[in-house]
Amino acid sequence: MSSELPDDVAALIDRVQYETVGEFPVEQGYIWTSCSSVENGNPLFWDDDVAAEITGGPIAPPTMLSVWFRPHHWAPGRKEQALPLQVHFDLKARFELPEAIMSDNTIVFYEPVRPGDVLRTHQILRSVSGHKTTKLGTGRFWVIDVEYHNQRGELVGVESYTGFGYRRNER
Amino acid sequence: MISAPALTLGDVREGDELPALSYDVTATTVVLGALASRDWRPMHHDHDFAVNRNGTRDIFLNTPNQAAWFERYVTDWTGPTGRLGRMKFRMKGSVFPGDTMVLSGVVEGADTDAAGCGWVSLLVTLSVDGETKTDCSVRVAVPTGPSDNPWARRGDQWQP
Repeated sequence: MSSELPDDVAALIDRVQYETVGEFPVEQGYIWTSCSSVENGNPLFWDDDVAAEITGGPIAPPTMLSVWFRPHHWAPGRKEQALPLQVHFDLKARFELPEAIMSDNTIVFYEPVRPGDVLRTHQILRSVSGHKTTKLGTGRFWVIDVEYHNQRGELVGVESYTGFGYRRNER
Repeated sequence: MISAPALTLGDVREGDELPALSYDVTATTVVLGALASRDWRPMHHDHDFAVNRNGTRDIFLNTPNQAAWFERYVTDWTGPTGRLGRMKFRMKGSVFPGDTMVLSGVVEGADTDAAGCGWVSLLVTLSVDGETKTDCSVRVAVPTGPSDNPWARRGDQWQP
């Protein structure tokens, strides 16, 4: 089993893939639902006067970044449910690795996201390791960045995921 | 001068501990958190699927909702002028209905960057019965003084 990276996968490193526009504008109702789910009383999200003073108007909680891209559970005409981190699933399929976990996840926040924003995202494969064996099994680690921009082209955030696709060790 | 109560950089010392937050997790906590983050995957709302397909004890908190819990915990401490710059999560175990989760945090550093922005580095831990389920390294900007506002920073002035 070669540990080298196949040419077709090497060609994907640092290439922009899966450019997507959010299915709906950032909206206040979802902001309140999210804050309610964790009992977040930060006045930035509940008091327009505080938001005006500190953030120049209402904003969304920064950690909601990925929320604006999770596809509807169903949409007219769609045959398959879209997957939010498609590059990860592509790599699982390409290397025929049936199992996968995300070992860590980093989010970096830039321009605030505001109600009414329509965000765009794309995925970039940053690296793929050679074969590694862990207590879970044998497979490869990969790092995928998901970059988010607003409708003015401003960077609003970058999520970086480290995934491990693997086949369970035989006992 | 900002009118809302705010932590400033001078209030913070390395080794400071944040007040702990304890919360009894129910099935509603898990399902509400999953739907609030638009995560429709069944292991976060379907007990039978979670137990018989995933092999877990029960449905469990999803990662995006945990991120929201971490944000709430940090900004409860900083006040609204605290601006998150970076969060790094390491998942170690799941949080189930019936668990009492405890969020705790410690200051690992406090300084200003080249642009004059005040930064606090935190290690925040979500644990159940003393066992860490998720830890999160957080870099959060706080005002350097009463007239400073990290949210006003843009472009080169914001280096998270």
